[in-house]
Amino acid sequence: MKVRYFAWVRERVGKAEEEIDPPSGVATVGELITWLARRGEGYAYAFENPKVIRSAIDKKHVNSDARIERATEIAFFPPMTGG
Amino acid sequence: MTATIRLQREPFDAATEVAAMTRGRTDIGAVVTFTGICRADENGAPIAALYLEHYPEMAEAEIARHVDAARARWPLLSVTVVHRYGRIKPGEDIVMVVTASSHREAAFAAAEFLMDYLKTCAPFWKQVERIGGKTGDKTDDKFWVEAKAADHSATERWSAS
Repeated sequence: MKVRYFAWVRERVGKAEEEIDPPSGVATVGELITWLARRGEGYAYAFENPKVIRSAIDKKHVNSDARIERATEIAFFPPMTGG
Repeated sequence: MTATIRLQREPFDAATEVAAMTRGRTDIGAVVTFTGICRADENGAPIAALYLEHYPEMAEAEIARHVDAARARWPLLSVTVVHRYGRIKPGEDIVMVVTASSHREAAFAAAEFLMDYLKTCAPFWKQVERIGGKTGDKTDDKFWVEAKAADHSATERWSAS
């Protein structure tokens, strides 16, 4: 699946997007965040406070308990500040 | 009901958008226009510009979902949402919502509803470019705007009523 990062999550991870292949035990968005946070220093910094991270699966907002098995694109970003 | 949603880097002209909406129509009795403008300060400090990052495909889908929600809630005849991204200088327009209905109540309420949702749900993020920092420290020249609790409460009230 494709993962996209925006705003300071993108800056901390150090890339805007990537293809990932998490193990089958990673079933939810929250578990994916925990898994990503272990991938390196930038990831750990980006996901140090999972509560503030907002997530979207296939361009729709989801909660951290959303299941990821059918996701094509998952995005992580800070709370939105548009308008 | 007609809906126009545009995400663009270029400036827009509010009067042109309203004229395009009402041209040739006699069913519209009320048009409400909201324009969000880039201020010259953020938290009391002068700024050089805002930089708006966005998630293009989701922003369009998310705005469309909220336009649909507004349409289900009020008798709207037309809606236009224009949101800019990229570098925006103080005094320039950032966002615009135009709602049209037969009568004013629906147009006022829907414009406010759409703006509240845009601020908290549309995937845009503002970054501030400071005016020449004294230290000249490059890492200090930019910072991300933090989401405001007041914006979140403003959105919440629409689901409570």
